[in-house]
Amino acid sequence: MTAPLLSVRGVDAFYGNIQALRSVNMDVAPGEIVTLIGANGAGKTTLMMTVCGKPQARHGQIVFDGTDITKLPTHEIARMSIAHAPEGRRIFPRMTVMENLQMGALLAPEAKFAEAQEMVFSLFPVLAKRRNQRGGTLSGGEQQMLAISRALMSWPRLLLLDEPSLGLAPLIVQQIFQVIRELNAKQGLTVFLVEQNAYHALKLAHRGYVMVNGKITLSGTGRELLARDEVKAAYLEGGR
Amino acid sequence: MAEGVVMATGARSIEAPDVGEALKQAIIASGIALILFIAIVGIKTENAQGGLALIYRFGAAFSLAATVGVVRFLFDLFVWRGLGREIMQRWLPAGTLGTVMTALVIAAYLLGAYYFIVPGSRLALAETLSDIFGDNEWRSRSRIFVELTGQLVIAVFIVLSAMGIIMALRRLFSAAIPASREAVPPAARAEKTTLAEFGQQFAPALLVIAVILPVLVAGPQQRYALDTAIQILTYIMLGWGLNIVVGLAGLLDLGYVAFYAVGAYSYALLSTSFGWSFWICLPLAGILAAFWGIMLGFPVLRLRGDYLAIVTLAFGEMIRILLLNWQSLTNGPNGISQIPKPSFFGLSFDRFGGSGTKFHEFFGLQYDAVYRIIFLYYIILALALMVNFASQRLRRLPIGRAWEALREDEIACRSLGINTVTTKLTAFAIGAMFGGFAGSFFAMRQGFISPESFTFHESALILAIVVLGGLGSQIGVVVAAVALIGSSEFFRDLEDYRMLIFGASMVVIMVWRPRGLVSGRAPTVVLKEHKVISGGLVKEGAG
Repeated sequence: MTAPLLSVRGVDAFYGNIQALRSVNMDVAPGEIVTLIGANGAGKTTLMMTVCGKPQARHGQIVFDGTDITKLPTHEIARMSIAHAPEGRRIFPRMTVMENLQMGALLAPEAKFAEAQEMVFSLFPVLAKRRNQRGGTLSGGEQQMLAISRALMSWPRLLLLDEPSLGLAPLIVQQIFQVIRELNAKQGLTVFLVEQNAYHALKLAHRGYVMVNGKITLSGTGRELLARDEVKAAYLEGGR
Repeated sequence: MAEGVVMATGARSIEAPDVGEALKQAIIASGIALILFIAIVGIKTENAQGGLALIYRFGAAFSLAATVGVVRFLFDLFVWRGLGREIMQRWLPAGTLGTVMTALVIAAYLLGAYYFIVPGSRLALAETLSDIFGDNEWRSRSRIFVELTGQLVIAVFIVLSAMGIIMALRRLFSAAIPASREAVPPAARAEKTTLAEFGQQFAPALLVIAVILPVLVAGPQQRYALDTAIQILTYIMLGWGLNIVVGLAGLLDLGYVAFYAVGAYSYALLSTSFGWSFWICLPLAGILAAFWGIMLGFPVLRLRGDYLAIVTLAFGEMIRILLLNWQSLTNGPNGISQIPKPSFFGLSFDRFGGSGTKFHEFFGLQYDAVYRIIFLYYIILALALMVNFASQRLRRLPIGRAWEALREDEIACRSLGINTVTTKLTAFAIGAMFGGFAGSFFAMRQGFISPESFTFHESALILAIVVLGGLGSQIGVVVAAVALIGSSEFFRDLEDYRMLIFGASMVVIMVWRPRGLVSGRAPTVVLKEHKVISGGLVKEGAG
């Protein structure tokens, strides 16, 4: 394997006194889609937030492209060209679609704005139609598309996606996953995806990790994990 | 009451009026009214020999409560239910309210035109009315009524006329210069109705009126009118300043008056101790206030919502108490007096005394105290417009957008690489700076300041202006400031009742426009089409 773009080594994270991550090890290689699956409260989102520096890891090390980012503040991490589409979309509801996209492009050179805009509008044509509409008036799926587009506006090298399928219709989920696959295949974008929708996520990802109670319990290629009995039992067949 | 009558027209039947229910509601209503009226009307204090005397007027309270009950009963039976409602639904088309409002506006406009054009017509009407009523009490009441409504309709006349004139001029000029039309895509132009276009002239019309106001109000009332206008403009300026902190950045600041105080004391101390002029002290006052804004900003960076509000409230009080107790610097509760008055490029507005040429001598005018007021008026107008211009520009810059993003979602902001610490601090600093400007103007205008001018009541009033106007809306602040400050001046003749009107207008605005007068947020980038969606449709950002 080539040198990882993102590497998480022995990370512990706490909310107050409660330990949420227990010595987590994880790698994302350039050009990969890596997914992290697990039950509610397993610590998936916490791991993603820890990569973003909030909460900061108490022990261990997070390295992005050779730079230690463990103790950097969140906005500095974002400036390392790590884009984050947070859980629950968190678009700016009173701003228009265009204004939301501009917010995403704050860190990118101004000259590349038109190009980025064209790219996201071709990925999600519906956003082009809604460009002057307020974010809060979009449907859930459109809001998710906007959240991903906003993250893409900064030309990131690593895209962190937190539960993009949350509360969306299956058809929209498929569309969004298709776009992620396309971005990865055509632009070589590295994606770290946290998902509850284990089946779709594992089918999409090159590699996957399974998290239980703050620990990584399994890892392997997406196909391998899909075939594992534990995974099937816990996440795919309703715990039969 | 005939119950269960079915009208022949269509399948709809008149809802049967329920006498028992109506009676029950009427009794409840009059009971509540009685409780209120016993406290408000039933007991009155009056000046008597050796102190206050209590006067009981339970009869009046009972009759008022009974009136409430009867009216409620009648409304229940005939207006909200039964025949009355049927009539309203059937005979009054959906647009009735609009039609009535339009008719009222037109009537007000015509009456205003009459009053404005025919001098003395208002007075004549007041005389006629008081002759009809005869007795003295009603005579003065009718005079007050005519006076107040007269001013109101004249204001309506002037504002609407200005809007019309500006629109006509704009059309004339845009027709004369065809090239300028290319800037607006044809589709957008076609969509804009005449009425919408007329509505857009509101802000420019207010600006034009503000510029020529000293001429408009010329006459015996000029000084009073300009003083009121200066006061309103000061609050507009403060409202615009606070709007940056509360409206754009979403940081609820209950201690804004602290920065107003810092600005006022900065000018007062610098000018009385060093003799520096207003124009040197103004930026210094702004910088000092901004510095205090940052001082406040640091400890509250991690706070949000209610907690932030409490800390800022405490900060406001701290500054006031500091000013009160730091005797050696601020002269404590005695305040600072003899703060230099403004001069016009070195020309004093005084009548006698001092050295140098006087303003009226230089221009060969008869001395008039109002010149100084007019000058002050234009200073505050310029300052307020500067604040407005600056905040409009800031909104279009990345920092302004970051403020708005911060209001909507702090976590999303961080993940987009916005440094929330500096963003919050700049919001506090710039908002405070504008407050400081307003403060030093206030000190110059009053010539005397003491900590009493900077109580929590001021903070609350400024915040009320911002909230009533609609968070983040510039023109909303103007309307709210005119309504709140202006109305308490305007209804001064009504004495105690003006607080009642103040409260009632607050309630009306809360019911009618719960998000403030102007609740839509205008996008700063618009492509091709312009679509404003009301704030009511958009979910407020959580967290």
